[in-house]
Amino acid sequence: MRIIFEKRQSISRRAMVLVPVVSFLVSLLLGAILLLISGANPFETYAAMARGTFGSTYNFSETLVKAIPLMLTGLGVSIAFRMRFWNIGAEGQLTLGGVAAAWVALYWAGRVPAFLLLPLAILAGMVAGALWAGVPAFLKAYLGVDETLTTLMLNYVAILFAAHLYYGPWRDPQGYGFPGTAQFDPSVWLPRLVGTRAHLGLIFAIVLALALWFVLNRTRWGFELKIIGENQVAARYLGIGIARNIVLALLLSGALSGLAGACEVTGISRRLQQGLSIGYGYTAIIVAWMAQLNPIAVLFVAILMGALLVGGDQVQMTMGLPASMGLVLQGMILFPMLAGSLFTEYRLRIVRPEKTDPLASETVEAAS
Amino acid sequence: MKRYLWLTLSLLSILVLLLAGCGGAEEPAEPDAPAEPYKVAFVYIGPPGDLGWTYEHDRGRKIVEEELGAQVETAYIENVPEGPDAARVIRDYAQQGYDMIFATSFGYMDPMLEVAQEFPDVKFEHCSGYKTADNMSTYFGRIYQARYLSGIVAGSMTEANNIGYVAAFPIPEVIRGINAFTLGVRSVNPDAEVHVVWTSTWFDPVIEREAAVALLDGGADIIAQHQDTTEPQKAAQERGMLSIGYDSDMRAFVGDTVLTSPIWNWGSYYLDTIKAGVDGSWSTHQYWGGLKEGVVALAEFSPKVPADVVKLVEDAKSDILAGNDVFCGPINDQDGNEKVAAGQCMSDGDMLGMDWFVEGVVGTISD
Repeated sequence: MRIIFEKRQSISRRAMVLVPVVSFLVSLLLGAILLLISGANPFETYAAMARGTFGSTYNFSETLVKAIPLMLTGLGVSIAFRMRFWNIGAEGQLTLGGVAAAWVALYWAGRVPAFLLLPLAILAGMVAGALWAGVPAFLKAYLGVDETLTTLMLNYVAILFAAHLYYGPWRDPQGYGFPGTAQFDPSVWLPRLVGTRAHLGLIFAIVLALALWFVLNRTRWGFELKIIGENQVAARYLGIGIARNIVLALLLSGALSGLAGACEVTGISRRLQQGLSIGYGYTAIIVAWMAQLNPIAVLFVAILMGALLVGGDQVQMTMGLPASMGLVLQGMILFPMLAGSLFTEYRLRIVRPEKTDPLASETVEAAS
Repeated sequence: MKRYLWLTLSLLSILVLLLAGCGGAEEPAEPDAPAEPYKVAFVYIGPPGDLGWTYEHDRGRKIVEEELGAQVETAYIENVPEGPDAARVIRDYAQQGYDMIFATSFGYMDPMLEVAQEFPDVKFEHCSGYKTADNMSTYFGRIYQARYLSGIVAGSMTEANNIGYVAAFPIPEVIRGINAFTLGVRSVNPDAEVHVVWTSTWFDPVIEREAAVALLDGGADIIAQHQDTTEPQKAAQERGMLSIGYDSDMRAFVGDTVLTSPIWNWGSYYLDTIKAGVDGSWSTHQYWGGLKEGVVALAEFSPKVPADVVKLVEDAKSDILAGNDVFCGPINDQDGNEKVAAGQCMSDGDMLGMDWFVEGVVGTISD
């Protein structure tokens, strides 16, 4: 007797709804077992997580603070993934976007009218992110260089470059020699929603998600990208410029991550310093997959991920559990959900070898 | 496909909201407690199990709990990244009604100041920074004094005249420690050099160990460190080499190859400060105690340290206690230029902003 995975003929509606819901319940159950073992009440813990993330306007705004960069990088990554271009460089693109925005904020003040400073900083961030993604895109499109390596490696270059700047030439001269640039002038602060730290980046993310949805689903270019992703040979027959489109899509992808970085430095930290990104660019990959590359869904999945990040701290602060428990719970919740998505497209089938004919069973084995 | 996503997402949202609702309803009605305990929270950069920096702060917290009993209620959160994330955590404690919050890493300074301005009734205590407010104080210790003494031990006992120093970030706190240590080394052994490797992390056992291994490969026979864990000490021990610990008495965790450790004793500071909070006498301060106050000390010596070296250290210690501090001239920088003239001593302000290496250090400040 063997168990095989079989692709579903048609994806059943029922499975589509049931599988994620069941996965989520399984997640909670698995987490509960773990919590019981470590002596915590699972109901209280989950309630604390939920309260800490959605329980009040302020708590929800902090969840959004985490979700905004995930939304923007998630959107960026999903454009690239649609073309099966494995851009895992969102972290670097975000970082460089932050660097470029900081450059404008710190060194352009006084040279351009104050009201232009913030838009220019954001634009600079997008351009920097786009160029940083453009390099591997160009290498892939015209020289066939594997993009997973180049995008990943460029992350380290960007992160170390940023560190070089705030440890070295950009270090705050009034900062007692401590790393980090001076705080930006208030004219370059990205407006925040009243009384919270959630900033204008949220509006950017929502507008861009809607625009992307339209472009990807309703325009010729979106259609071309889809064809390239699904079948490059067909795309070539249709006369779609593959190399050009890869570069264009990746410029857009990088610009979105660069925007995330620009929003982080102008909206949250208001200076370039350590901890600009806490792995947003990598979490974006999970966000993009869980959202199945759908721009609108990215927004919601990013909020869910933001809630998991914030909720993890609540596990510590209110339940007195160790920090690692927060991380374990995050994993426990994500894993069944990702695994579960497999079951919407595949199903398990138990195969029994036919006992009467040993020869037939052998052929089955050989064929498998 | 799309419809399924929407359904899932909305179902998820409903579930989460339901959970939140349950949570809210479960909240028991608070009975009128006779005496509210004074609530104190600690924000840690690493886990108390690091056996180093955070371990010592948590030991201080436990001393407070033991001494003040039901008068106080303490809580802590570990592994909080420096930067904007810390603001959320600190604000969360302030919102939960904590009376005093300690943040024990340099990078929490600006986030703490930001929150301090929003909660004027909460007392904020930041370790190792320099910014204060009406309700925010700083506290730190002159660990450089103990580092100088440990340098005397290392300088006396190195045979290769090559001492490795695993260091976190090129910021004044760390540079000051390296300089004090090197001055100690060179006071007994003018030929010895201190080789510095930066890790750009306070707490990362793997990177700390690798840095120590690189220094050992470079010929170091003693490893000193400014990190949060015991990994550099273990790496030295595995090579049959000696080391100088930091933060806690690392000999207790690693063995006699740790000759001694400059250590922190936060208990009495935490106790005094929290008592001041309870009785209302707390006011903004910038605490920087040293060997005299006992907030820093040198751990007991390993039996490997000969008696004559112990004597050298004891003499130097009485010298410091008598008021001859570590950073008194003549002191040259790395290139041999005189930085502090004979008969002069650096001011606290200059020490807090130190951004140059003394003669005898091999390494650069920018990483």
